[in-house]
Amino acid sequence: MKPEELRSQVLDLLTTIAPELDAGGLRAGEPLRNQVDLDSMDWLNFLVALHERLKVDIPEADYGKLATLDDLLAYLKGKLGA
Amino acid sequence: MIEFKLPSLGADMEQGKLLEWKVKPGEAVKRGQVVAVVDTSKAAVEVEIWHDGVVEELITKPGETIPVGTVMARLTAPGEAAAPVTRKPASPAARKRAHELDVDIDKVTGTGPHGAVTVADVESTAAKPSIAPTVDRQAEMRKAIAAAMGRSKREIPHYYLSEAIPMQRAIEHLARANEARPVTERVLLGALQLKAVALTLRQFPELNGFWRDGAFQPGAGIHVGVAISMRQGGLVAPAIHDVDGRSVEDLMRALADLVKRARAGSLRSSEMSDPTITVTNLGEQGVEAVFGVIYPPQVALVGFGRVAERAWAEAGALRAAPVVTATLSGDHRASDGHRGARFLAALREQLQRPETL
Repeated sequence: MKPEELRSQVLDLLTTIAPELDAGGLRAGEPLRNQVDLDSMDWLNFLVALHERLKVDIPEADYGKLATLDDLLAYLKGKLGA
Repeated sequence: MIEFKLPSLGADMEQGKLLEWKVKPGEAVKRGQVVAVVDTSKAAVEVEIWHDGVVEELITKPGETIPVGTVMARLTAPGEAAAPVTRKPASPAARKRAHELDVDIDKVTGTGPHGAVTVADVESTAAKPSIAPTVDRQAEMRKAIAAAMGRSKREIPHYYLSEAIPMQRAIEHLARANEARPVTERVLLGALQLKAVALTLRQFPELNGFWRDGAFQPGAGIHVGVAISMRQGGLVAPAIHDVDGRSVEDLMRALADLVKRARAGSLRSSEMSDPTITVTNLGEQGVEAVFGVIYPPQVALVGFGRVAERAWAEAGALRAAPVVTATLSGDHRASDGHRGARFLAALREQLQRPETL
């Protein structure tokens, strides 16, 4: 999967969790959950959606590696072997 | 004859708008079946019926706004003979036209012989513009919250207690259990906290129930209202039923389902009308503690703040440990601070034994 495609898939899923999200205004290098106001239930639902769409399983122990959108995209890239 | 009335779906509800019937005249219904969808100021609620019977007449029409307690439908009880149907006089052509135009013929004023409804009457009724106003959900929800919280602070003499609870054992227990679970079955700390509150409440029945007509009524079960914030602002606190008897995994599924349906605006009447206590968790927003406003006619509210590492002194040693501040807002008419303090202490002990949850 190309980086742009991965990014757009991730933002698409994020928007289903947080419909009011302005994806264009997202600062990719800053903590994601604060910007998007994701509580732990939203976050879990987001990970479930990623799991269903991209077939990746993200263990709880890895949450710390996923602070920003850039972190998340890099992590997924590694998981997907792209 | 059974009268199906618009139930109160929370202390802040005075009226509701019927969105749709889920049943038709002549249809048999079972206790617990969803029979109608009613729009309250907070959500579209699926309203259940609490009797078996056969629908005889649907009185309220979709789109109508009616006060709580209004008879919306009549049903015959099992074994009861159906009442004779009185039909409004109308010509067959008028009935056919009413059906085509989706006009309720019983509401049309007849100008024909003996007040019979004519085709012209039906058409003139259909031509009248609908006067249903569009509801501003945000403004309505604000009003509903204002009414309930205003009543709470006028009527309920609150007392507030707080207790720091070490969370290391619960967090480690949960992390171990979640390691073996796929992402779809992962359990959040919030589900564990709900279960701990419910189990502890078994020993403190005076915190679980309602204050009505100058007296405390214990709840029939431990139905925990979960405060759920809406992304556009406002909140609802629908119940998960019999929390003390359910597994943490089961509670997690119920919680996820409830949050999803609350945000989609599709809750059930039993969830809205019968929480016996409310739990609110504002730790996600980063506050240390929340001293909540009790949702009348309930008599207590338990709040959880953020789980954060603190300096923790124990057995003469100081270490860093994850700690959460749990609070109790109690109705002083129904319980005293002494019992409330015992409750929080018991909750703290309960959370030190996560394997029993």
